[in-house]
Amino acid sequence: MEKSMRGFAHKYGKNVDTDVIIPGKYCNIVDPVELGKHALEGLDAEYTARMKPGDIIVADTNFGCGSSREVAPIAIKGSGTAAVIAKSFARIFYRNALNIGLPIFESAEAVDGIDSGDEIEVEPASGTIRNLTKGTSYKAAAFPPFMQSLIEAGGLQPYVEKRLAERAGVS
Amino acid sequence: MGMTLTEKILARHAGLDSVEPGQIINARVDLVLANELSAAVAIGVMRNIKGAHRVFDAEKIALVEDHFVPAKDAQSAKVAKLMKDFAREQNIKHFFDVGRGGIEHVVLPEEGLVAPGELIVGGDSHTCTYGAFGAFATGMGSTDIAAAFVLGEVWLKVPPTIKLVYDGRPGEMVFAKDIMLKTVGVLGIDGATYRALEYHGSTVDELSITGRITMANMAIEAGAKNGIFHADAKTIAFVKERTDRDFLVERSDADARYERVVEIDVGELEPQVACPHTPDNVHPISEVTRERVKVDQVFIGSCTNGYIEDLRIVANILDGKKISPDLRVIVNPGSQKVWMQAAQEGILTTLAAAGCVVNTPGCGACFGGHMGTLGDGERCVSTTNRNYVGRMGSPKAEVYLASPATCAASALTGVITDPRSVDVSVGADTAVAGGKR
Repeated sequence: MEKSMRGFAHKYGKNVDTDVIIPGKYCNIVDPVELGKHALEGLDAEYTARMKPGDIIVADTNFGCGSSREVAPIAIKGSGTAAVIAKSFARIFYRNALNIGLPIFESAEAVDGIDSGDEIEVEPASGTIRNLTKGTSYKAAAFPPFMQSLIEAGGLQPYVEKRLAERAGVS
Repeated sequence: MGMTLTEKILARHAGLDSVEPGQIINARVDLVLANELSAAVAIGVMRNIKGAHRVFDAEKIALVEDHFVPAKDAQSAKVAKLMKDFAREQNIKHFFDVGRGGIEHVVLPEEGLVAPGELIVGGDSHTCTYGAFGAFATGMGSTDIAAAFVLGEVWLKVPPTIKLVYDGRPGEMVFAKDIMLKTVGVLGIDGATYRALEYHGSTVDELSITGRITMANMAIEAGAKNGIFHADAKTIAFVKERTDRDFLVERSDADARYERVVEIDVGELEPQVACPHTPDNVHPISEVTRERVKVDQVFIGSCTNGYIEDLRIVANILDGKKISPDLRVIVNPGSQKVWMQAAQEGILTTLAAAGCVVNTPGCGACFGGHMGTLGDGERCVSTTNRNYVGRMGSPKAEVYLASPATCAASALTGVITDPRSVDVSVGADTAVAGGKR
């Protein structure tokens, strides 16, 4: 798992959908950096101009609802955003974020305790979220055991390679 | 303890006697779907997987060119070609190029690629559409799809099921779209996150296959993993006309566990409209018409309402009339087959004569891709499934979601209009279609 990250918070509301994370017209782009230039464009056109690499998106419930477009977490990651902290995530976005290696954390208390501009530190291994500006600390919900094992294995790709190797061994 | 239909399908595909909500399973898939956008990313991922040279079964993958087709620019042509080249390289049997297919979710059922009891995953969130046929179907991102291409299996968390029970006969000009908009309004856009929806009741028993497609299609709009109907004689007849593949029709057990039961009285329902900017901001038409909502564009089409039944309803309302001079009407038949059927029935001529433009099949306008993109300050009433900020183009545009009948009525007046207030010359046929749908 990645080492700790530190950046400034950019806070948004609930139901941040994939159409505003990366509008449909950009969905024929595959390059992460190019996608990153348009991250959150439908919600906050100034986001990519204002944010600095390592900054953190903080949002209310149901982050990433809507389309299954994997370019949504890819665009966020491509913009240099270090992580997303939300009260909850939509199902497909949650899988996609973990699959492409965008760190995501669930904590309602942290979201309520963070304002835009606060400096945030996150320790992925322990799930500890610190608000350095306010001097508060929170704990993100642990990943379910299966997700944790996928993350520890390095993501879905090594998992697939292992399954393929097992099959080759059997046949 | 009994199992729901979703649990039974998942258990069988995982090689287990039973499963329960929350359990993680490894399930065999019967079909993996991708379009040129999800495929472009998935193919890249697959190329990076060591030892992954071939797809698991070239007959169990469907690739459909539908989002930016015909290619709107060189970049769109590039991703379309990437998928076509991959289809050729891997001998993919079910590859649908422009002119041979249409919108993925319209095409797959038409081609007999979806049957009851099957497990289908797709690189598109509206893959849940196939629940209309009693299949378990869910949308995933490209990395998961790449894994499914290679392994022919996916890991899934078994969802708890919400039982939806619909009773009552739909009133005049109340369609499956209205019933589903009402449902999304009741559940909320995250009301069914990580859950299965199971549709029950006398109303859905009477629904046509197209009506069930419309309802299953929008399960994701409540955040659901899948939405499923029980296959009946109508389903079996539809599927058997299109494939001779064996399939298994199952039912939820009488003592199946439901997380909750939601009852909706359809008899009391007016036509419904989802107002900007979320699909759960749903109001009865009488509330919306009070505001006199002027529109710049009417859109008819999509995987929700791009079927021949939908086009017939629109043509019945527009027949012999002219659309309002203040707006444009864009119609996308959902597939090549729907387009041809509409041509044979004279529907395309009726629509064109009324002032509509009829486009080629595809997803373009619905997701703000091309062929009907909205500008700043524009407002659209649409038969599609999402109305998030910027969904159909400018983040300063507004999208209202409604049935084909409400959209057609609005096309005549230039404001969002109750279809019950419009004189429909054809009468009897439409009334039956409307009531039974």
